[in-house]
Amino acid sequence: MSTDVSAERAAGSTGAGTLLSVRDLKVHFPTEDGLVHAVDGLSFELRQGEILGIVGESGSGKSVTSQAIMGLYRGTRARLSGIIELDGVDLLTLSDEELRKRRGSDIAMVFQDPLSALHPYYTVGNQIIEGYLVHHDASKQEARARTIEMLDRVGIPNPAQRVDQYPHEFSGGMRQRAMIAMALINNPRLIIADEPTTALDVTVQAQILELLVSLQQEHSSSIIIITHDLGVVAEMADQIMVMYAGMAAERGDADTLFYHPEHPYTWGLLSSMPRMDRLRLERLRPIRGNPPSLISRPKGCPFHPRCDHRDDERWACNSVTPEFDASLPHPVRCSIDPEERRRIFEEEVRPTL
Amino acid sequence: MSTSTPQGSTPSNGPTPSSTTPEGGTSNGEAPRAGNGGTPRGRRRFSGHRAEGGRRVELGDVLLEVEGLKKHFPMRTKGIIRRPTDPVKAVDGISFTLRKGETLGVVGESGCGKSTAGRTVLQLLEPTAGTIRYQGRDITGLKGGDLRRLRTEMQMVFQDPYGSLNPRQSVGAIIGAPFAIQGIEPTGGVRSAVQGLMQRVGLNPEHYNRYPHEFSGGQRQRIGIARAIALRPSLIVCDEPVSALDVSIQAQVVNLLEDVQNEFDLTYIFVAHDLSVVRHISDRVAVMYLGKIMEVADRDELYANPLHPYTQALLSAVPLPDPRKEHKRSRILLTGDLPSPVNPPSGCVFHTRCPRYKKELDDTQRERCVSEVPVQTSHGPDHEVACHFAGPASLDVM
Repeated sequence: MSTDVSAERAAGSTGAGTLLSVRDLKVHFPTEDGLVHAVDGLSFELRQGEILGIVGESGSGKSVTSQAIMGLYRGTRARLSGIIELDGVDLLTLSDEELRKRRGSDIAMVFQDPLSALHPYYTVGNQIIEGYLVHHDASKQEARARTIEMLDRVGIPNPAQRVDQYPHEFSGGMRQRAMIAMALINNPRLIIADEPTTALDVTVQAQILELLVSLQQEHSSSIIIITHDLGVVAEMADQIMVMYAGMAAERGDADTLFYHPEHPYTWGLLSSMPRMDRLRLERLRPIRGNPPSLISRPKGCPFHPRCDHRDDERWACNSVTPEFDASLPHPVRCSIDPEERRRIFEEEVRPTL
Repeated sequence: MSTSTPQGSTPSNGPTPSSTTPEGGTSNGEAPRAGNGGTPRGRRRFSGHRAEGGRRVELGDVLLEVEGLKKHFPMRTKGIIRRPTDPVKAVDGISFTLRKGETLGVVGESGCGKSTAGRTVLQLLEPTAGTIRYQGRDITGLKGGDLRRLRTEMQMVFQDPYGSLNPRQSVGAIIGAPFAIQGIEPTGGVRSAVQGLMQRVGLNPEHYNRYPHEFSGGQRQRIGIARAIALRPSLIVCDEPVSALDVSIQAQVVNLLEDVQNEFDLTYIFVAHDLSVVRHISDRVAVMYLGKIMEVADRDELYANPLHPYTQALLSAVPLPDPRKEHKRSRILLTGDLPSPVNPPSGCVFHTRCPRYKKELDDTQRERCVSEVPVQTSHGPDHEVACHFAGPASLDVM
């Protein structure tokens, strides 16, 4: 069964209006060791019908961002500030009741680990039906019919029987399909998929990604897909944001990020990945060192301790924190002069990729 | 390593020609491998020398021969009377040969038996059937002291750097454990040996008395590697050693594994599900499905010219970090899930999901897939496929 994913994707970013606007989002967690700056001044916009890929290593703040958008830090000790606007309404200032109405119907989330995100005590069907009834004035029979229809749509065989089974009776791929069915039952306009395929095999991952894209096309919803796999964003995303230490390092359309990246961290990610489609030429080029502590972030550019270009004194990498102008089409948080960055990439980095 | 490595042009630090036996891998009746580098595509043959970025490594004699290896886990029915039922056939008759200094990558979906295969080879699990010969000696079913002595030769690096280190032992005790267990007193004492190992794998020797929780995931994996190389083994089974790590850290650990392989002349069985990492590190790659090897070939041969429909589907499913290329590729989507290893399909275990079976074969051919178990047959030098209808994919999978 072969399908050409590329053709149907060409029309990916047709929507024009801004759906989601995040401005100067900060999420800080007070801990015994100090204040963890998990997300620190993040700004981005997402248009209707667009797929945004957020890439970064563990601890870069990508999942915290998505959970902040979903309002999952309410009632916790986390300190949030900034603006998260969905359709012009700031989600951070909504009442709990108001937010609950939007959560599930306007924004839905697909979690990484479907076994812990699904409740083991209730049947898969009941969990999806509940999500539908919360937002619709419908009878249980209608909700059940709609659930079976949705399970069928996400490719679960025998949905009429499967609807009454428990999560443990589903395989990993089917659980993730059930999660997607649950997320999409109310036709949300924004789907946040947090590492939706990380726990799955590549063959199942291919099925799930294709399913997500085709459902997204059907409803012209927007997707934020969070992943550490550059292959997944290359396949799915229209826009890509690279995060490092709770901040955006670089953002741009997929073509720009893969073929004209300007941030040394993005270069590092690309060159440390082994490539399946190429003959091996030499050793991998890892990024040196480890990700920084989010309690005491390095002075200056947060990436400078691991950067190969930190020693050029013209840029003062270790003292000046570079700006990130989110209104540009291709913002880069790097102090190196843009001309110089492009030169370094073309002359030093591209030949090694 | 991009093109062929003519065998004659070894550098000065290369091997002496007399020390290699290019045909050494054929002793157990496999199809003969090409002894020279002159393949049609001009690619390197593993039986010669491995060349990487100018570095050439000699691949020596056969170290390990595995024949018809099976590992079945007994199962019992639920309830009060727990009658024995059909076993889980995790590994169901695999055969391969491993040469000294070589890296064999083993890939497949979860549940295909790749980790069980690695553990059974090391006798961490007792094989149900089959033989394992290490340096010509049958080691199947060794017990007690004999098995313990063998462990100095064979070690393992585990997937989960959090679960495989005892949280209540200091790093020094963890890395020094192999010396204690084997009763070996290294020259200069255990402490200095352990600190030397820590230095070698890129850990600060001053952290000798720290505990695993004080280290990051990548550093813990370095601890696991230091422990594995402590006794200077010849064979290390790496079970998903980098899959829990971030990309940048993953690259550091992959490079470390390659460095210690060169330094200590190690042979690896590298079990992983990440096909990109496996292509990078392996000399040969075996693809497993439901406890059987579907295809085994030289690394570049397997990725450039996959002949088994399962390998083709697997390769086509991996998204490439290259949007322009990615949008042009076609994908072979497998339908359904992995069948149960308790009751695997008859004939070829892959026929229930096989795209070729569904689309390209006629009824007589299908009958053969359902009734006859395919055996590994040679399709060119160092390329074996277990499929009745092996052949190139109808689509460009890469």
